[in-house]
Amino acid sequence: MRLIGVDPGLRFTGWGIVDAEDNRLRHVANGVIRSGSGELAQRLKRLHGLDLPLWERYGNWLGAALGGDFGYSRTYNRPVMDILLPRLGNTVILLGLSSLLAILIAIPLGVIAATRPQSPLDGAINLFCFAGISVPPFWLALVFILVFAVSLGWLPAGGMGAPGESLFARLEFLVLPVVTLTIASMASYTRFARAAMIEVLRQDYIRTARAKGLSGRRTLFGHGLRNAMLPLTTIIALDFGSLFSGALITETMFGYLGMGKLIYDSILGNDFNVALVGLLLATLVVLIGNFLADIAYAVLDPRISFRTLEAA
Amino acid sequence: MTAIDADTAPEIAGKHLYWSRLRANRAAMASAAVLATIVLLSLLAPVFESLLGVSATRTDLFNQYAPPDAAHWLGTDEAGRDVFTRLLYGGRISLLVGLVAAVGAAVIGTTIGLIAGYHGGWLDSVLMRSTDGVIALPLLPLLIVLAAIDLTKLGVPDGLANSEMASLYRIVFIIAIVGWTTVARLVRAATLSVRTREFVRAAEAMGARSSVIMLRHILPNVVSPIVVATTLSIGSVILLESVLSFLGLGIQPPVPSWGNMLTNAQELATRAPALAIWPGAIIFMTVMAFNFLGDGLQDALDPRATRR
Repeated sequence: MRLIGVDPGLRFTGWGIVDAEDNRLRHVANGVIRSGSGELAQRLKRLHGLDLPLWERYGNWLGAALGGDFGYSRTYNRPVMDILLPRLGNTVILLGLSSLLAILIAIPLGVIAATRPQSPLDGAINLFCFAGISVPPFWLALVFILVFAVSLGWLPAGGMGAPGESLFARLEFLVLPVVTLTIASMASYTRFARAAMIEVLRQDYIRTARAKGLSGRRTLFGHGLRNAMLPLTTIIALDFGSLFSGALITETMFGYLGMGKLIYDSILGNDFNVALVGLLLATLVVLIGNFLADIAYAVLDPRISFRTLEAA
Repeated sequence: MTAIDADTAPEIAGKHLYWSRLRANRAAMASAAVLATIVLLSLLAPVFESLLGVSATRTDLFNQYAPPDAAHWLGTDEAGRDVFTRLLYGGRISLLVGLVAAVGAAVIGTTIGLIAGYHGGWLDSVLMRSTDGVIALPLLPLLIVLAAIDLTKLGVPDGLANSEMASLYRIVFIIAIVGWTTVARLVRAATLSVRTREFVRAAEAMGARSSVIMLRHILPNVVSPIVVATTLSIGSVILLESVLSFLGLGIQPPVPSWGNMLTNAQELATRAPALAIWPGAIIFMTVMAFNFLGDGLQDALDPRATRR
């Protein structure tokens, strides 16, 4: 949804109004059900199956869900999956771009810091990492909106671009969310990369490689980074969950229509079916991350087999 | 007797070593100073209020968005309240939530980690698989669900559920019950290695109860990972509290917290950008200080750090 007006300030407020209106309408419906009496409330309760006991409601939901029917969204009055899947696509774009960016920046930074421990450059990178981990992500988003959308007017404050627009036209809507999301994960990946690299560079085979006359660069990348990638890959895969939490904040701040914002809106709007499936998917993402971490272990390190993993 | 001397001597030297290592870490010491200042200022909030003749809670609609001056050091907000003293009162709440929730999580985590690590077997499996289960839940969406639950429907008396401090108790509780996993894993791992040491075996041979062994013999030896993890988690708890309060699900106004001071900032961003800057900046500074301090503690307490 591209908001009318070229003036970024106007665009900013327009987006706020749309959001507020949306919430107000939802509260009316919730209010009717909450009040609990009256024919309309009874009918709404029956419609949503809220008159049944808890276990029966869960049984019904589970039975239907296993058959691929996740119910209807109360807010949008459409099947949950119809709403969820496009949102999931948007989140995958956002998370994919920002993880890629984070990894591409974090690994060189981590290697640079690890090869010069305790140097001023290492100190600067370290400070940057601590800042990235410590900054409240929603506040960072707010500052970016203030600077780049309100003051400078370079980028839109939020939204997604019209559905028909080309990818390039929609790209400007992605810049601030991606950067916001990248900073936190980049900071933690850099720390992991540095730690993994320092650990590896301490090993005997690095000394051996140097002793046999390999160039610094080949030792560093061929022997150092290759081995450091193992713990790094694991940590990145295990980090999927926190990426998802980051996406929730970023999407909510920028009005980006992804899974995170959908989950947030559905919880606040009592859109239970959407919230349930959204949380389920989010949990699934974490589990897939854990699974990928295990596989990466076995693929990247031939010494580890799945049997030793089970024993551990 | 010589065995005892040999055992206690490095213990004492170790404690000195920890302190001197921590004191040598400039970032950690600076962070400790920053945190001490923030805590002190927060405690002195009422003093500042009466000295400057301003109020953090009284609304003054004739004096909205006032620029900083001698009385209002950081100006006033959209309701004419003094921003500086409001930040200090907000600090009391945010730091309290951070500290209590982190310690609560550490207590739960330590208990679970000790029991799992010491008993082993099926109990270990059950506890650790539950830990994995909690880790697999996406943290922020989960907290939002827990924060959105209507307490009166769970049978909490109406008076308590809607009292001013209910949001404070609730946020401490929900963060503690999802935040214990890191400590549980660390304590279990440390317990596994301590459990096989001679003094534990000796206590077992003398017929000590398992609770005594866990608390008197194992716990003191697994303190350092707990201290480090708890310090680091205070920072992340403050971040979580600020996010939840910002979204309107954490500390409820009129009680100020750093997070809920930013709730209106998004709408007011064009009118009063400074209101959006200060609370965020102080959260940033505090969390960073806790992270540096935790990192410094880790370097000081972790013997591997000497290898650098």
